[in-house]
Amino acid sequence: MTDEERQELLKKQKTDKLTPADRYKIPPQDMPEQDPVKRRSNVNEVATGYTETHARLEAMRCLQCKKAPCIKGCPVQIKIQDFVAAICDGDFKKALAVIKENSLLPAVCGRVCPQEVQCQQTCTVGLKFKDPTKAVSIGRLERFVADLDQEEIIPTVAPETGMKVAVIGSGPGGIVTAADTRRAGHDVTIFEAFHKTGGVLVYGIPEFRLPKAIVQKEIDVLTEMGVKIVCNFVVGRTRTIEQLMKEDGFDAVYIGVGAGLPRFMGIEGESLVGVFSANEYLTRANLMKAYDFGKGADTPIVRSKKVAVIGGGNVAMDSARTAVRLGAEKVYLVYRRTEKEMPARIEEVHHAKQEGVEFHILQSPKRVIGDQNSRVTAIECLKYRLGEPDESGRRRPIPIEGSEFQIDVDTCIIAIGNIANPLIRQTTAGLEFNKWGNILVDENCKTSLDGVYAGGDIVLGAATVILAMGQGRIAAAAINDYLAKKKQKS
Amino acid sequence: MSHKIVSKRKLSENVFTAEIEASLIAQAGKPGQFVIISINSEYSERIPLTIADADPEKGTIRLIWQRVGKTTAELADMKADEKIANVVGPLGKPTHIENLGTVACVGGGIGNAPLLPITKALKKAGNKIISILGARTKDLLILEDEFDRISNELIVTTDDGSYGRKALVTEPLKELCQRDQKPNQAFVISPAIMMKFCCEVTRKFNIPTQVSLNTIMVDATGMCGGCRVEIDGKPKFVCVDGPEFDGHKVNFDLMMKRLDAYKDQEQKAYEQYKEHRCKIGLDK
Repeated sequence: MTDEERQELLKKQKTDKLTPADRYKIPPQDMPEQDPVKRRSNVNEVATGYTETHARLEAMRCLQCKKAPCIKGCPVQIKIQDFVAAICDGDFKKALAVIKENSLLPAVCGRVCPQEVQCQQTCTVGLKFKDPTKAVSIGRLERFVADLDQEEIIPTVAPETGMKVAVIGSGPGGIVTAADTRRAGHDVTIFEAFHKTGGVLVYGIPEFRLPKAIVQKEIDVLTEMGVKIVCNFVVGRTRTIEQLMKEDGFDAVYIGVGAGLPRFMGIEGESLVGVFSANEYLTRANLMKAYDFGKGADTPIVRSKKVAVIGGGNVAMDSARTAVRLGAEKVYLVYRRTEKEMPARIEEVHHAKQEGVEFHILQSPKRVIGDQNSRVTAIECLKYRLGEPDESGRRRPIPIEGSEFQIDVDTCIIAIGNIANPLIRQTTAGLEFNKWGNILVDENCKTSLDGVYAGGDIVLGAATVILAMGQGRIAAAAINDYLAKKKQKS
Repeated sequence: MSHKIVSKRKLSENVFTAEIEASLIAQAGKPGQFVIISINSEYSERIPLTIADADPEKGTIRLIWQRVGKTTAELADMKADEKIANVVGPLGKPTHIENLGTVACVGGGIGNAPLLPITKALKKAGNKIISILGARTKDLLILEDEFDRISNELIVTTDDGSYGRKALVTEPLKELCQRDQKPNQAFVISPAIMMKFCCEVTRKFNIPTQVSLNTIMVDATGMCGGCRVEIDGKPKFVCVDGPEFDGHKVNFDLMMKRLDAYKDQEQKAYEQYKEHRCKIGLDK
């Protein structure tokens, strides 16, 4: 697109003369990104962000549909067409204000939301082109306005109510719950088990996809608002929920402890040296900065030559791409369905391939093979074909008998999801759980215990940052309501 | 919140003890549990250490550790009044304590430290305590007096015969099992290889044996799974399912291999640190 064409569009836009036909003609704006070869050896963010020109052109692709189907696709119902319209007008402050009515973490969500199965899946432009990647890039626009926001506005806090709220876990759900309950004037404390705040945003999602500084900025806002943060505190061990409520004076509790234990496959050889859960691999690399081992960092990480990552979600992509950055010569992504069924964001799949990750679809390990020192030397896989759709709606993978073959690897990373952490269950009497160990809540995220709310992965099983945030908001509203009533009574 | 070192001293050539401020852990901690520490928040690794003792009133816990790598060496170089950035716990399931009759408490090397609070609790519950403490050589034996005070019978062995009986702990353990009044249960905490052989002894005599495993950990709340061991052929997490397990079901060989997973890198880091402390004169 030439400069003249661009000026013409802007002029039309200003005078409200932009027709749908004009809009369809604007090519989808690609996200500028670090060169794939260069980024293989650094941990800096891959996608470097839209410029103002990119953003305004991309925003002009939006048809401003009356029914705004995109909003229905958003778990927290951001008024998408309004913020996109504000970007068209160049009013980025307004755009951000519109987003912040519904979402507190736009810089995070713009980066990690699976937009193609949320807002962008229902976008009319994408439907017109029969390609969700040609929908308006709502996530990139969200990120653009969030990143512009240099001076952080500290939300106003209502007069102190004297009521105390404990938020367990400082991940996305905890951050939102803490912010919303603090805004209502409650005395809020976040308890975090790790020595750093941010939960999965800092231990799980790598720097190259979500810079830690962005998460820290959100935490700093909480501190500015007067939220107290206590790290190295394992609720259930250091203090129980009962102690927090009965002895320490907390009036309400939000449980946002995240997913918990990594799921393994239950195959032979899974405890061999060189088999890791993605959680461990990523925690070492991200939170513990093991990529700097020997150059300051004390936490080691395996320096692999050939790596197999098992799984097809974002965590699998993150692991594979981390292995690339740690110098692996070959990284294989082994997934038992096809690329179409992969739960990972399209962009992550694309980036992983660009960076040289080799995709092995319709395959899954049957056992892990080790040498006399119990170190991994290979995985034995079976080939799969797709059958009828299962309860998840995806076509069920069926192993092909006798199709065994081996892939030589020295490291195997299992990224097939998590199961619920049993710690809260073991230490909290009266709290009800489902058969998978997830906490049972009502539509307000209230648990079976009075004053105790829960959300995110510990309730939903495997979910997303935005869903955890959404539940945090619901829970916070319910907590504020509960505490207001409690105060009236006293 | 960082944790002040109230006092610190050397117990033997490579074994150190420190009393550190950690009031919540001192209140909540029970025998068998451990903490995770990291010296600073930016670059330090997280290592598990067992709680050797706790003073809830004073708000302190006692840690005992052996200098084996960079972090434990760095910790050994710290002085009273200095601060450890992160101490989290108490972690793991507490030991199940009840009156079992006669119990054998077998400690080896640094394992005596976590064994002490368990032995104290077993004594308090009314058990007859027979303690066996083993060390490579006399200078490496720790907590003998403390065990002496609470044991009905104390047997000390050294590999080189420099003190007590010249034997491995498995010898007196076997004799104990052959007595008419054999122990109703054994508690063994020591280097993995010694736990393995102790379990082989007690297995022959059908004496239930609890061991406490000290694997590599990162978060120690169940999230990473790095600590997993095979118990009865099934994977279990030491941090949330343990640290204590039925010793007769533990796959010690695999566990030892997993403990060595980062051996080369750990050695390199330790060498680098030794060089560094030499340069800055810490070794003087």
